[in-house]
Amino acid sequence: MMEVSPSTVSFREFGCEQTLLSRPDGSASFVQGDTSVMAGVYGPAEVKVSKEIYDRATLEVLVHPKVGLPGVRERSQEQCVRETCEASLLLSLHPRSSLTLILQVLHDDGSLLSCCLNAACMALMDAGLSMSCLFCGVTCAISTDGEIITDPTAAQEKESRALMTFAIDSKERRVMMSSTKGSFSVHELQQCITVSQKASEKIFQFYRDSVRRRYSKNL
Amino acid sequence: MAAGFKTAEPLEYHRSFLKENCRPDGRELSEFRTTTLNIGSISTADGSALVKMGNTTIICGIKAELANPTAEAPGKGYIVPNVDLPPLCSSRFRPGPPGEQAQAASQFIADVIESSEVIKTEDLCIDRGKLCWVLYCDIMCLDYDGNILDACIIALLAALKNTQLAEVVVNKETSVPEVDLEKRQRLHIHKHPVGASFCVFDDSILIVDPTAEEESLSTAHLTVVTDEEDRLCSVHKPGGTPLSGEKLQECINRATTRQREIHKLIDKVLDSVKTSQ
Repeated sequence: MMEVSPSTVSFREFGCEQTLLSRPDGSASFVQGDTSVMAGVYGPAEVKVSKEIYDRATLEVLVHPKVGLPGVRERSQEQCVRETCEASLLLSLHPRSSLTLILQVLHDDGSLLSCCLNAACMALMDAGLSMSCLFCGVTCAISTDGEIITDPTAAQEKESRALMTFAIDSKERRVMMSSTKGSFSVHELQQCITVSQKASEKIFQFYRDSVRRRYSKNL
Repeated sequence: MAAGFKTAEPLEYHRSFLKENCRPDGRELSEFRTTTLNIGSISTADGSALVKMGNTTIICGIKAELANPTAEAPGKGYIVPNVDLPPLCSSRFRPGPPGEQAQAASQFIADVIESSEVIKTEDLCIDRGKLCWVLYCDIMCLDYDGNILDACIIALLAALKNTQLAEVVVNKETSVPEVDLEKRQRLHIHKHPVGASFCVFDDSILIVDPTAEEESLSTAHLTVVTDEEDRLCSVHKPGGTPLSGEKLQECINRATTRQREIHKLIDKVLDSVKTSQ
């Protein structure tokens, strides 16, 4: 198996800002290069009777594209983000209540799903909801000559042979979510998972730095 | 007594079986339900198939239409898959516009078609920039008892293998397409993608081909799609509890053996259809 050192994992410029909206209970914007997503969390609040679950909170995720109405692709993204959040949030602490997470895409320049996941995690953190672990999203593209590119741009995504997005948990660095496009070998999949696990360390370090920066300003 | 236990404590009920490495319906953890296949069930469609996996029943019909290619891809036809989960198949679905699960399933099937290159869309082009085939693949669930994604892929693949397209000649003088319904050609199927779905119980136990009940009690789902060259076309895990690389490998190994079984089944059924004609 190929050795992956953290230095081979490169990202575009990351940026994150929390609590920039006044109405939601938690909000964040996450920027990866030119890709930018804004997230807002409402809740725990009252839930519609039809959606009520007696022993835990109902989580709803809405993904709004930059232009037009949400379509089938957004539904599939919503499902991925929702089930990832459900696994990390301690929903049984808020039975019979609702949580709403809204993701507004501001600009898409590749790695959109991973940016959505990162924005979602920062917003949930900002809302002060109890979670069993944090998660981050990493997108890997395999170029036509077999090279693995982390955090690809839209142009790199288009040229790539296969594209994979993983959500990695902060506790044991295991795969929470996986969504792939294109065909690839088992070996390539395992390589991409290893790369994503390395990459996740950098992202979690970025989470830590940006939260620390924010609280050092306030105090 | 057992029925009461099952209703009151469904999770405990399943756990007591899983502890003994078996499941309430008598299957082992890595055993699929009996899969039956009927190809060419709808005579009015250009291609069709009906799949049963245990109680789960999926029917797929393919309709071919002539259309203009898009401006971005003048040399390609297109395939439009649609998964329908009507209220008939389970009480969890309500009438009205398709719900999240149906839309996510449609997107998944579209992704599998694109990633696996089961059909090269170039093959559907008749006259570059002017005329091409559109394949509408309507997949409908008749009975929902879990694991619809696997059943959908089998139904789609079998229906595509059954599809025959009429010969079309574009008249040079009038440039009107002339369809010859007598001369029909089979589609060229490049790859045979087959899926295998798994559920994770209590964060660690992997079971294959879950029923609807097992799906609702489990903590994570995973679908692996492979083709005959053992390449992965999709590793779809929409959230849920985390899995390690080793566990994923186990799933992939099971998925490749499943691909062989289903590929053989489809070929066998197609042969029997041909000989009976």
